[in-house]
Amino acid sequence: MAELEPRVIPIGPFHPLQEEAEYFKLTVEGEKVIHLDIQLGYMHRGHGKICEGKTYDQIPFVVERICGICSTSHPFACVQAIEDAANIEIPPRAAYIRSIVGELERIHSHLLWLGLAGHFLGYNTVWMWAWKYREPVLEMCEVITGNRNHYAMFKPGGVRRDIEEGMIPPLLQVLDKLDKKLWMLTKAVLDDPVLHARLEGVGILTKEKAIEYSTEGPTGRASGVAIDVRKDDPHAAYDWIEWEEIVLTEGDVFAKAKVRLLECLESTKIIRQCLEKLKGLPEGDIDAKMTDPPDDEGVGRYEAPRGEVFHYVKGNGSMYPERYKIRAPSYMNIKSNEVAVLGGSVADAAITLAAVDPCYCCTERIAAFDTKGKLLHTWDDLVRLSREKTAKMGGGS
Amino acid sequence: MLKGIKKGALTRSLWVYHVAASPCNNCDIEILDLLTPRFDVERFGILLTGSPRHADLLLVTGMVNKKVLDRVLRVYAETPKPCVVAAFGSCAISGDLFVDSYNFAGPLDKHIPVDVYIGGCPPKPEAMILGVVRAIEKVKKLKDL
Ligand code: SF4
Repeated sequence: MAELEPRVIPIGPFHPLQEEAEYFKLTVEGEKVIHLDIQLGYMHRGHGKICEGKTYDQIPFVVERICGICSTSHPFACVQAIEDAANIEIPPRAAYIRSIVGELERIHSHLLWLGLAGHFLGYNTVWMWAWKYREPVLEMCEVITGNRNHYAMFKPGGVRRDIEEGMIPPLLQVLDKLDKKLWMLTKAVLDDPVLHARLEGVGILTKEKAIEYSTEGPTGRASGVAIDVRKDDPHAAYDWIEWEEIVLTEGDVFAKAKVRLLECLESTKIIRQCLEKLKGLPEGDIDAKMTDPPDDEGVGRYEAPRGEVFHYVKGNGSMYPERYKIRAPSYMNIKSNEVAVLGGSVADAAITLAAVDPCYCCTERIAAFDTKGKLLHTWDDLVRLSREKTAKMGGGS
Repeated sequence: MLKGIKKGALTRSLWVYHVAASPCNNCDIEILDLLTPRFDVERFGILLTGSPRHADLLLVTGMVNKKVLDRVLRVYAETPKPCVVAAFGSCAISGDLFVDSYNFAGPLDKHIPVDVYIGGCPPKPEAMILGVVRAIEKVKKLKDL
Protein backbone atom coordinates (compact mmCIF):
# COMPACT_ATOMS: atom_id res chain seq x y z
CA MET A 1 0.00 0.00 0.00
CA ALA A 2 1.22 3.45 -0.82
CA GLU A 3 2.40 5.60 2.05
CA LEU A 4 -0.21 8.01 3.29
CA GLU A 5 0.94 11.56 2.94
CA PRO A 6 -0.27 14.16 5.39
CA ARG A 7 -2.80 16.51 3.84
CA VAL A 8 -4.05 19.86 4.93
CA ILE A 9 -7.75 20.60 5.24
CA PRO A 10 -8.47 24.31 5.52
CA ILE A 11 -11.54 25.32 7.53
CA GLY A 12 -12.50 28.94 7.12
CA PRO A 13 -12.20 31.89 7.26
CA PHE A 14 -15.76 31.72 5.95
CA HIS A 15 -17.12 28.27 6.45
CA PRO A 16 -20.70 27.06 6.76
CA LEU A 17 -19.90 25.47 10.11
CA GLN A 18 -18.68 28.65 11.64
CA GLU A 19 -20.66 31.61 12.70
CA GLU A 20 -17.54 33.68 12.87
CA ALA A 21 -14.63 34.14 10.54
CA GLU A 22 -11.72 32.05 11.76
CA TYR A 23 -9.16 29.90 10.09
CA PHE A 24 -8.19 26.37 11.13
CA LYS A 25 -5.64 24.28 9.35
CA LEU A 26 -6.19 20.60 10.01
CA THR A 27 -3.35 18.34 8.97
CA VAL A 28 -4.61 14.82 8.45
CA GLU A 29 -3.13 11.46 7.73
CA GLY A 30 -5.89 9.42 6.18
CA GLU A 31 -8.79 10.03 8.53
CA LYS A 32 -6.66 10.90 11.53
CA VAL A 33 -5.98 14.47 12.59
CA ILE A 34 -2.30 14.90 13.36
CA HIS A 35 -1.96 18.64 13.71
CA LEU A 36 -4.13 21.69 14.22
CA ASP A 37 -3.13 25.23 13.48
CA ILE A 38 -5.45 28.00 14.68
CA GLN A 39 -5.26 31.47 13.20
CA LEU A 40 -7.16 34.24 14.89
CA GLY A 41 -7.53 37.90 14.17
CA TYR A 42 -10.37 38.21 11.69
CA MET A 43 -12.61 39.78 14.26
CA HIS A 44 -10.22 42.08 16.07
CA ARG A 45 -11.84 45.40 16.90
CA GLY A 46 -9.56 46.84 19.55
CA HIS A 47 -11.96 47.25 22.47
CA GLY A 48 -9.28 47.93 25.06
CA LYS A 49 -8.07 50.95 23.16
CA ILE A 50 -11.59 52.22 22.44
CA CYS A 51 -12.39 52.04 26.16
CA GLU A 52 -9.47 54.30 26.96
CA GLY A 53 -11.21 57.06 25.03
CA LYS A 54 -14.58 56.68 26.75
CA THR A 55 -15.92 57.85 30.07
CA TYR A 56 -16.67 55.39 32.85
CA ASP A 57 -20.36 55.65 32.13
CA GLN A 58 -19.86 54.76 28.48
CA ILE A 59 -17.47 51.85 28.97
CA PRO A 60 -20.13 49.26 29.91
CA PHE A 61 -21.81 49.92 26.54
CA VAL A 62 -18.54 49.41 24.71
CA VAL A 63 -17.57 46.18 26.45
CA GLU A 64 -21.11 44.90 25.99
CA ARG A 65 -20.40 44.86 22.29
CA ILE A 66 -17.38 42.62 22.66
CA CYS A 67 -19.62 39.63 22.39
CA GLY A 68 -23.27 39.35 21.62
CA ILE A 69 -23.73 36.09 23.45
CA CYS A 70 -22.02 37.10 26.69
CA SER A 71 -23.34 40.61 26.50
CA THR A 72 -23.82 40.67 30.26
CA SER A 73 -20.61 39.01 31.30
CA HIS A 74 -18.32 41.72 30.03
CA PRO A 75 -20.24 44.63 31.55
CA PHE A 76 -20.53 42.55 34.73
CA ALA A 77 -16.77 42.25 35.08
CA CYS A 78 -16.30 45.80 33.85
CA VAL A 79 -18.54 47.48 36.41
CA GLN A 80 -16.98 45.38 39.14
CA ALA A 81 -13.54 46.55 38.08
CA ILE A 82 -14.64 50.17 38.13
CA GLU A 83 -16.37 49.72 41.49
CA ASP A 84 -13.27 48.06 42.85
CA ALA A 85 -11.16 51.01 41.71
CA ALA A 86 -13.62 53.59 43.03
CA ASN A 87 -14.45 51.69 46.21
CA ILE A 88 -18.18 51.53 45.75
CA GLU A 89 -20.50 49.10 47.50
CA ILE A 90 -23.62 48.32 45.47
CA PRO A 91 -27.07 47.99 47.08
CA PRO A 92 -28.30 44.39 47.58
CA ARG A 93 -31.23 44.86 45.24
CA ALA A 94 -28.85 45.74 42.43
CA ALA A 95 -26.74 42.68 43.28
CA TYR A 96 -29.75 40.38 42.96
CA ILE A 97 -30.81 41.96 39.68
CA ARG A 98 -27.30 41.56 38.31
CA SER A 99 -27.31 37.88 39.18
CA ILE A 100 -30.73 37.42 37.57
CA VAL A 101 -29.64 38.97 34.28
CA GLY A 102 -26.35 37.06 34.40
CA GLU A 103 -28.07 33.73 34.88
CA LEU A 104 -30.67 34.40 32.20
CA GLU A 105 -27.80 34.97 29.87
CA ARG A 106 -26.16 31.73 30.94
CA ILE A 107 -29.30 29.76 30.11
CA HIS A 108 -29.69 31.34 26.70
CA SER A 109 -26.02 30.91 25.93
CA HIS A 110 -25.95 27.25 26.91
CA LEU A 111 -29.12 26.50 24.95
CA LEU A 112 -27.62 28.29 22.01
CA TRP A 113 -24.54 26.10 22.25
CA LEU A 114 -26.60 22.96 22.51
CA GLY A 115 -28.55 23.91 19.41
CA LEU A 116 -25.44 24.71 17.42
CA ALA A 117 -23.79 21.49 18.57
CA GLY A 118 -26.80 19.59 17.25
CA HIS A 119 -26.53 21.55 14.01
CA PHE A 120 -22.84 20.66 13.65
CA LEU A 121 -23.70 17.02 14.08
CA GLY A 122 -26.33 17.27 11.41
CA TYR A 123 -28.95 16.68 14.08
CA ASN A 124 -31.12 19.68 13.39
CA THR A 125 -33.95 18.48 15.61
CA VAL A 126 -31.82 19.29 18.65
CA TRP A 127 -31.07 22.69 17.16
CA MET A 128 -34.71 23.58 16.60
CA TRP A 129 -35.87 22.36 20.00
CA ALA A 130 -33.10 24.05 21.94
CA TRP A 131 -33.61 27.36 20.19
CA LYS A 132 -37.35 27.13 20.61
CA TYR A 133 -36.91 26.97 24.36
CA ARG A 134 -34.38 29.76 24.22
CA GLU A 135 -37.03 32.20 23.01
CA PRO A 136 -38.87 32.52 26.37
CA VAL A 137 -35.51 33.31 27.98
CA LEU A 138 -34.92 36.11 25.51
CA GLU A 139 -38.44 37.32 26.18
CA MET A 140 -37.73 37.45 29.89
CA CYS A 141 -34.60 39.45 29.13
CA GLU A 142 -36.68 41.81 27.04
CA VAL A 143 -39.21 42.26 29.83
CA ILE A 144 -36.54 42.88 32.45
CA THR A 145 -34.02 44.91 30.51
CA GLY A 146 -35.84 46.22 27.46
CA ASN A 147 -33.86 44.32 24.88
CA ARG A 148 -33.44 40.76 23.68
CA ASN A 149 -29.67 41.02 23.69
CA HIS A 150 -27.27 43.82 24.55
CA TYR A 151 -29.15 44.64 27.70
CA ALA A 152 -27.49 47.93 28.67
CA MET A 153 -28.47 47.06 32.21
CA PHE A 154 -25.31 47.61 34.20
CA LYS A 155 -23.70 50.82 35.29
CA PRO A 156 -20.89 51.49 37.74
CA GLY A 157 -22.65 51.53 41.10
CA GLY A 158 -25.70 49.42 40.27
CA VAL A 159 -28.16 48.69 37.50
CA ARG A 160 -30.23 50.94 35.26
CA ARG A 161 -33.65 49.36 35.61
CA ASP A 162 -35.51 47.89 38.52
CA ILE A 163 -37.59 44.73 38.50
CA GLU A 164 -40.93 45.91 39.82
CA GLU A 165 -42.96 43.94 42.32
CA GLY A 166 -45.75 43.23 39.84
CA MET A 167 -43.34 41.69 37.35
CA ILE A 168 -42.13 38.98 39.69
CA PRO A 169 -45.11 36.55 39.65
CA PRO A 170 -45.37 36.41 35.83
CA LEU A 171 -41.61 35.95 35.61
CA LEU A 172 -41.80 33.09 38.10
CA GLN A 173 -44.55 31.50 36.02
CA VAL A 174 -42.47 31.64 32.85
CA LEU A 175 -39.58 30.23 34.85
CA ASP A 176 -41.68 27.25 35.98
CA LYS A 177 -42.62 26.46 32.42
CA LEU A 178 -39.04 26.88 31.31
CA ASP A 179 -37.85 24.56 34.04
CA LYS A 180 -40.11 21.78 32.78
CA LYS A 181 -38.91 22.26 29.22
CA LEU A 182 -35.29 22.29 30.34
CA TRP A 183 -35.77 19.06 32.26
CA MET A 184 -37.35 17.49 29.26
CA LEU A 185 -34.56 18.65 27.01
CA THR A 186 -31.89 17.49 29.45
CA LYS A 187 -33.41 14.05 29.74
CA ALA A 188 -33.96 13.81 26.00
CA VAL A 189 -30.34 14.67 25.30
CA LEU A 190 -28.90 12.46 28.02
CA ASP A 191 -30.99 9.47 26.91
CA ASP A 192 -30.54 9.94 23.20
CA PRO A 193 -28.73 6.90 21.75
CA VAL A 194 -27.58 8.87 18.71
CA LEU A 195 -25.93 11.55 20.80
CA HIS A 196 -24.37 8.93 23.09
CA ALA A 197 -22.90 7.10 20.14
CA ARG A 198 -21.72 10.28 18.50
CA LEU A 199 -20.30 12.19 21.44
CA GLU A 200 -19.11 9.77 24.10
CA GLY A 201 -15.36 9.33 24.15
CA VAL A 202 -14.94 11.98 21.46
CA GLY A 203 -12.43 14.80 21.85
CA ILE A 204 -11.31 13.88 25.33
CA LEU A 205 -9.47 16.54 27.28
CA THR A 206 -7.79 14.99 30.32
CA LYS A 207 -7.65 16.80 33.62
CA GLU A 208 -3.87 17.26 33.36
CA LYS A 209 -4.18 18.86 29.95
CA ALA A 210 -7.15 20.93 31.06
CA ILE A 211 -5.02 22.39 33.84
CA GLU A 212 -1.97 22.75 31.63
CA TYR A 213 -3.93 24.78 29.10
CA SER A 214 -5.68 26.77 31.86
CA THR A 215 -9.11 25.91 30.50
CA GLU A 216 -12.00 27.54 32.25
CA GLY A 217 -15.73 27.35 32.56
CA PRO A 218 -17.68 24.30 31.38
CA THR A 219 -14.68 23.12 29.34
CA GLY A 220 -12.60 22.79 32.47
CA ARG A 221 -15.44 21.61 34.69
CA ALA A 222 -16.25 18.77 32.29
CA SER A 223 -12.66 17.60 32.75
CA GLY A 224 -12.80 17.67 36.52
CA VAL A 225 -11.28 21.11 37.11
CA ALA A 226 -13.55 22.62 39.74
CA ILE A 227 -13.21 26.33 39.15
CA ASP A 228 -16.08 28.73 39.07
CA VAL A 229 -15.62 32.37 39.92
CA ARG A 230 -19.14 32.52 41.30
CA LYS A 231 -18.05 30.06 44.01
CA ASP A 232 -14.37 30.89 44.35
CA ASP A 233 -14.66 34.64 44.53
CA PRO A 234 -18.34 35.34 45.21
CA HIS A 235 -19.71 38.63 44.02
CA ALA A 236 -23.14 40.09 43.30
CA ALA A 237 -25.65 37.78 45.01
CA TYR A 238 -23.92 34.47 44.48
CA ASP A 239 -22.98 33.75 48.07
CA TRP A 240 -26.39 34.65 49.46
CA ILE A 241 -28.18 31.83 47.71
CA GLU A 242 -28.04 28.07 47.41
CA TRP A 243 -26.67 26.54 44.25
CA GLU A 244 -24.26 23.89 43.17
CA GLU A 245 -21.22 23.85 40.99
CA ILE A 246 -21.44 21.15 38.32
CA VAL A 247 -18.22 19.20 37.86
CA LEU A 248 -17.79 16.04 35.78
CA THR A 249 -14.68 14.05 35.11
CA GLU A 250 -15.03 12.43 31.69
CA GLY A 251 -13.73 15.35 29.64
CA ASP A 252 -15.37 14.28 26.38
CA VAL A 253 -17.85 16.25 24.31
CA PHE A 254 -20.78 14.50 25.95
CA ALA A 255 -19.60 15.60 29.39
CA LYS A 256 -19.34 19.17 28.16
CA ALA A 257 -22.92 19.04 26.92
CA LYS A 258 -24.06 17.54 30.21
CA VAL A 259 -22.30 20.18 32.30
CA ARG A 260 -24.00 22.92 30.33
CA LEU A 261 -27.45 21.38 30.56
CA LEU A 262 -27.19 20.82 34.29
CA GLU A 263 -25.90 24.36 34.72
CA CYS A 264 -29.01 25.69 33.03
CA LEU A 265 -31.09 23.96 35.69
CA GLU A 266 -28.90 25.48 38.42
CA SER A 267 -29.39 28.86 36.81
CA THR A 268 -33.17 28.67 37.00
CA LYS A 269 -32.72 27.81 40.66
CA ILE A 270 -30.60 30.90 41.20
CA ILE A 271 -33.01 33.17 39.34
CA ARG A 272 -35.97 31.86 41.32
CA GLN A 273 -34.25 32.50 44.64
CA CYS A 274 -33.12 35.96 43.56
CA LEU A 275 -36.64 36.91 42.48
CA GLU A 276 -38.01 35.73 45.82
CA LYS A 277 -35.39 37.73 47.72
CA LEU A 278 -36.23 40.86 45.73
CA LYS A 279 -39.68 40.89 47.31
CA GLY A 280 -38.27 41.83 50.71
CA LEU A 281 -36.06 44.68 49.53
CA PRO A 282 -36.99 48.35 49.09
CA GLU A 283 -37.97 49.05 45.50
CA GLY A 284 -35.92 51.56 43.57
CA ASP A 285 -32.78 51.18 45.65
CA ILE A 286 -30.65 50.03 42.73
CA ASP A 287 -27.93 52.57 42.34
CA ALA A 288 -25.09 53.62 44.63
CA LYS A 289 -24.09 56.66 42.67
CA MET A 290 -20.51 56.94 41.56
CA THR A 291 -19.57 60.50 42.38
CA ASP A 292 -15.83 60.72 41.80
CA PRO A 293 -13.95 58.97 39.04
CA PRO A 294 -11.51 56.37 40.40
CA ASP A 295 -7.90 57.22 41.00
CA ASP A 296 -6.73 53.67 41.50
CA GLU A 297 -6.51 50.26 39.88
CA GLY A 298 -9.33 47.77 39.99
CA VAL A 299 -10.09 44.29 38.78
CA GLY A 300 -13.38 42.60 38.09
CA ARG A 301 -14.05 38.92 37.51
CA TYR A 302 -17.18 37.17 36.46
CA GLU A 303 -17.97 33.61 35.48
CA ALA A 304 -19.27 34.03 31.94
CA PRO A 305 -21.04 31.07 30.32
CA ARG A 306 -17.66 30.10 28.83
CA GLY A 307 -15.39 30.74 31.80
CA GLU A 308 -13.81 33.55 33.70
CA VAL A 309 -13.92 37.05 32.26
CA PHE A 310 -11.34 39.37 33.71
CA HIS A 311 -11.29 43.14 33.40
CA TYR A 312 -8.63 45.49 34.64
CA VAL A 313 -8.96 49.24 34.87
CA LYS A 314 -6.50 51.88 35.95
CA GLY A 315 -7.91 55.29 36.67
CA ASN A 316 -6.05 58.55 37.11
CA GLY A 317 -8.75 60.71 38.61
CA SER A 318 -10.03 61.94 35.24
CA MET A 319 -13.22 60.82 33.52
CA TYR A 320 -11.26 58.47 31.28
CA PRO A 321 -9.34 55.37 32.33
CA GLU A 322 -5.63 55.35 31.74
CA ARG A 323 -5.45 51.67 30.92
CA TYR A 324 -8.12 49.11 30.20
CA LYS A 325 -7.43 45.43 29.79
CA ILE A 326 -9.80 42.60 28.98
CA ARG A 327 -9.18 38.88 29.15
CA ALA A 328 -11.84 36.50 27.90
CA PRO A 329 -11.94 32.76 28.60
CA SER A 330 -12.17 31.49 25.05
CA TYR A 331 -8.53 32.20 24.32
CA MET A 332 -7.38 29.49 26.68
CA ASN A 333 -10.25 27.17 25.83
CA ILE A 334 -9.63 27.36 22.10
CA LYS A 335 -5.98 26.50 22.59
CA SER A 336 -6.97 23.28 24.35
CA ASN A 337 -8.37 22.10 21.01
CA GLU A 338 -4.81 21.45 19.97
CA VAL A 339 -4.81 18.38 22.19
CA ALA A 340 -8.49 17.50 22.07
CA VAL A 341 -8.72 16.95 18.31
CA LEU A 342 -5.38 15.21 17.89
CA GLY A 343 -5.70 11.53 17.11
CA GLY A 344 -9.43 11.82 16.49
CA SER A 345 -11.04 11.44 13.08
CA VAL A 346 -11.76 14.33 10.74
CA ALA A 347 -15.48 13.76 11.15
CA ASP A 348 -15.17 14.44 14.87
CA ALA A 349 -13.04 17.54 14.45
CA ALA A 350 -15.92 19.93 13.84
CA ILE A 351 -17.83 19.00 16.96
CA THR A 352 -14.68 18.86 19.08
CA LEU A 353 -13.72 22.34 17.95
CA ALA A 354 -17.21 23.52 18.76
CA ALA A 355 -17.38 21.73 22.11
CA VAL A 356 -15.46 24.40 24.00
CA ASP A 357 -18.15 26.85 22.89
CA PRO A 358 -15.59 29.08 21.26
CA CYS A 359 -16.35 32.74 21.05
CA TYR A 360 -13.79 34.27 18.80
CA CYS A 361 -14.91 37.83 18.92
CA CYS A 362 -14.06 37.95 22.64
CA THR A 363 -10.70 36.54 22.01
CA GLU A 364 -9.14 38.22 19.07
CA ARG A 365 -5.58 39.38 19.12
CA ILE A 366 -3.63 40.84 16.29
CA ALA A 367 -0.03 40.72 15.24
CA ALA A 368 1.34 43.27 12.82
CA PHE A 369 3.45 42.10 9.88
CA ASP A 370 5.18 44.09 7.20
CA THR A 371 4.53 43.30 3.54
CA LYS A 372 7.35 40.76 3.44
CA GLY A 373 5.81 38.75 6.24
CA LYS A 374 8.15 39.87 8.99
CA LEU A 375 6.62 40.25 12.45
CA LEU A 376 6.78 43.93 13.39
CA HIS A 377 6.36 43.72 17.12
CA THR A 378 7.91 40.74 18.81
CA TRP A 379 7.32 39.88 22.44
CA ASP A 380 10.44 41.78 23.50
CA ASP A 381 9.35 44.86 21.56
CA LEU A 382 5.97 44.80 23.23
CA VAL A 383 7.49 44.50 26.69
CA ARG A 384 9.83 47.40 25.93
CA LEU A 385 7.00 49.56 24.55
CA SER A 386 4.84 48.86 27.57
CA ARG A 387 7.68 49.76 29.96
CA GLU A 388 8.33 52.98 28.07
CA LYS A 389 4.66 53.91 28.29
CA THR A 390 4.54 53.17 32.00
CA ALA A 391 7.65 55.25 32.59
CA LYS A 392 6.14 58.12 30.61
CA MET A 393 3.06 58.01 32.78
CA GLY A 394 5.28 58.23 35.84
CA GLY A 395 4.44 54.79 37.23
CA GLY A 396 6.74 52.03 38.47
CA SER A 397 8.68 49.68 36.21
CA MET B 1 -36.48 36.18 -21.30
CA LEU B 2 -33.32 35.55 -19.33
CA LYS B 3 -33.94 38.81 -17.54
CA GLY B 4 -37.36 37.61 -16.43
CA ILE B 5 -35.88 34.45 -15.01
CA LYS B 6 -33.25 36.35 -13.07
CA LYS B 7 -35.82 38.66 -11.61
CA GLY B 8 -38.08 35.78 -10.69
CA ALA B 9 -35.21 33.99 -9.01
CA LEU B 10 -34.26 37.02 -7.00
CA THR B 11 -37.74 37.83 -5.81
CA ARG B 12 -38.74 34.35 -4.74
CA SER B 13 -37.00 31.99 -2.41
CA LEU B 14 -33.92 34.03 -1.62
CA TRP B 15 -30.85 32.07 -0.66
CA VAL B 16 -28.78 33.86 1.87
CA TYR B 17 -25.08 33.78 2.53
CA HIS B 18 -24.02 35.23 5.81
CA VAL B 19 -20.72 37.09 5.88
CA ALA B 20 -19.40 37.70 9.37
CA ALA B 21 -17.12 40.68 8.87
CA SER B 22 -15.98 41.17 12.43
CA PRO B 23 -19.32 41.45 14.22
CA CYS B 24 -19.97 40.92 17.91
CA ASN B 25 -21.88 37.71 17.15
CA ASN B 26 -25.20 39.08 18.18
CA CYS B 27 -26.32 39.99 14.70
CA ASP B 28 -25.25 36.54 13.53
CA ILE B 29 -27.11 34.76 16.27
CA GLU B 30 -30.24 36.75 15.51
CA ILE B 31 -29.95 35.70 11.87
CA LEU B 32 -29.86 32.05 12.91
CA ASP B 33 -32.75 32.77 15.22
CA LEU B 34 -34.80 33.63 12.16
CA LEU B 35 -34.50 30.05 10.96
CA THR B 36 -35.74 28.50 14.17
CA PRO B 37 -39.38 27.74 15.02
CA ARG B 38 -40.43 31.14 16.38
CA PHE B 39 -39.80 33.04 13.16
CA ASP B 40 -39.06 30.26 10.70
CA VAL B 41 -38.31 32.20 7.54
CA GLU B 42 -37.82 28.96 5.69
CA ARG B 43 -41.58 29.18 5.16
CA PHE B 44 -40.81 31.84 2.56
CA GLY B 45 -38.08 29.81 0.94
CA ILE B 46 -35.32 31.77 2.63
CA LEU B 47 -32.43 29.47 3.29
CA LEU B 48 -28.88 29.88 4.54
CA THR B 49 -26.42 28.44 2.06
CA GLY B 50 -22.93 27.25 2.70
CA SER B 51 -21.33 28.84 -0.31
CA PRO B 52 -21.48 32.35 -1.74
CA ARG B 53 -21.72 30.77 -5.19
CA HIS B 54 -25.28 29.72 -4.43
CA ALA B 55 -26.34 32.96 -2.82
CA ASP B 56 -28.81 35.62 -3.94
CA LEU B 57 -28.50 37.76 -0.87
CA LEU B 58 -25.38 38.59 1.08
CA LEU B 59 -26.04 39.52 4.68
CA VAL B 60 -22.95 41.32 5.91
CA THR B 61 -22.68 41.84 9.66
CA GLY B 62 -20.13 43.67 11.73
CA MET B 63 -17.67 46.48 11.37
CA VAL B 64 -15.42 45.50 8.48
CA ASN B 65 -11.89 45.34 9.84
CA LYS B 66 -8.66 45.50 7.93
CA LYS B 67 -7.95 41.81 8.00
CA VAL B 68 -11.39 40.60 7.00
CA LEU B 69 -11.93 43.26 4.31
CA ASP B 70 -9.96 41.35 1.71
CA ARG B 71 -12.04 38.22 2.36
CA VAL B 72 -15.31 40.14 2.17
CA LEU B 73 -14.33 41.50 -1.22
CA ARG B 74 -13.48 37.99 -2.33
CA VAL B 75 -16.81 36.61 -1.15
CA TYR B 76 -18.56 39.43 -3.00
CA ALA B 77 -16.61 38.65 -6.16
CA GLU B 78 -17.59 35.00 -5.89
CA THR B 79 -21.31 35.71 -5.59
CA PRO B 80 -23.13 35.45 -8.93
CA LYS B 81 -24.48 38.81 -10.04
CA PRO B 82 -27.04 40.25 -9.83
CA CYS B 83 -27.17 39.81 -6.10
CA VAL B 84 -28.59 41.83 -3.26
CA VAL B 85 -26.27 43.03 -0.51
CA ALA B 86 -27.67 43.93 2.89
CA ALA B 87 -25.70 45.83 5.50
CA PHE B 88 -26.91 44.21 8.65
CA GLY B 89 -26.76 46.06 11.96
CA SER B 90 -25.33 49.42 12.90
CA CYS B 91 -21.80 48.08 12.66
CA ALA B 92 -21.98 47.29 8.96
CA ILE B 93 -23.93 50.45 8.18
CA SER B 94 -21.73 52.99 9.89
CA GLY B 95 -19.22 51.30 12.14
CA ASP B 96 -21.28 51.96 15.26
CA LEU B 97 -19.01 52.76 18.18
CA PHE B 98 -16.09 51.14 16.42
CA VAL B 99 -15.44 54.20 14.27
CA ASP B 100 -12.76 54.97 16.84
CA SER B 101 -11.07 51.63 16.40
CA TYR B 102 -7.62 51.44 14.85
CA ASN B 103 -8.67 48.34 12.96
CA PHE B 104 -11.76 49.81 11.29
CA ALA B 105 -11.65 49.74 7.49
CA GLY B 106 -14.63 52.00 6.85
CA PRO B 107 -18.35 51.33 6.52
CA LEU B 108 -19.41 48.52 4.22
CA ASP B 109 -20.83 50.71 1.46
CA LYS B 110 -17.41 52.24 0.97
CA HIS B 111 -16.21 48.86 -0.30
CA ILE B 112 -19.12 47.12 -2.02
CA PRO B 113 -22.48 48.40 -3.29
CA VAL B 114 -25.14 47.96 -0.62
CA ASP B 115 -28.84 47.66 -1.48
CA VAL B 116 -30.59 47.50 1.87
CA TYR B 117 -29.66 48.78 5.28
CA ILE B 118 -31.10 46.98 8.28
CA GLY B 119 -30.52 49.12 11.33
CA GLY B 120 -30.35 48.17 14.98
CA CYS B 121 -27.86 46.77 17.38
CA PRO B 122 -28.82 44.00 16.83
CA PRO B 123 -31.85 44.49 14.56
CA LYS B 124 -34.94 42.77 15.93
CA PRO B 125 -35.99 39.69 13.98
CA GLU B 126 -39.05 41.55 12.77
CA ALA B 127 -36.82 44.27 11.38
CA MET B 128 -34.79 41.68 9.54
CA ILE B 129 -37.85 40.20 7.88
CA LEU B 130 -38.89 43.71 6.89
CA GLY B 131 -35.42 44.30 5.49
CA VAL B 132 -35.64 41.23 3.29
CA VAL B 133 -39.09 42.27 2.08
CA ARG B 134 -37.68 45.68 1.19
CA ALA B 135 -34.86 44.01 -0.69
CA ILE B 136 -37.35 42.02 -2.73
CA GLU B 137 -39.39 45.14 -3.47
CA LYS B 138 -36.28 46.89 -4.62
CA VAL B 139 -35.37 44.09 -7.00
CA LYS B 140 -38.89 44.12 -8.45
CA LYS B 141 -38.55 47.80 -9.30
CA LEU B 142 -35.25 47.37 -11.10
CA LYS B 143 -35.77 47.79 -14.82
CA ASP B 144 -32.50 46.62 -16.24
CA LEU B 145 -32.30 43.26 -14.57
S1 SF4 C 1 -24.62 46.01 15.16
FE1 SF4 C 1 -24.53 45.62 17.36
S2 SF4 C 1 -25.21 43.52 17.56
FE2 SF4 C 1 -24.66 43.80 15.42
S3 SF4 C 1 -22.52 43.15 15.28
FE3 SF4 C 1 -22.54 45.36 15.66
S4 SF4 C 1 -22.35 45.58 17.88
FE4 SF4 C 1 -22.99 43.47 17.44
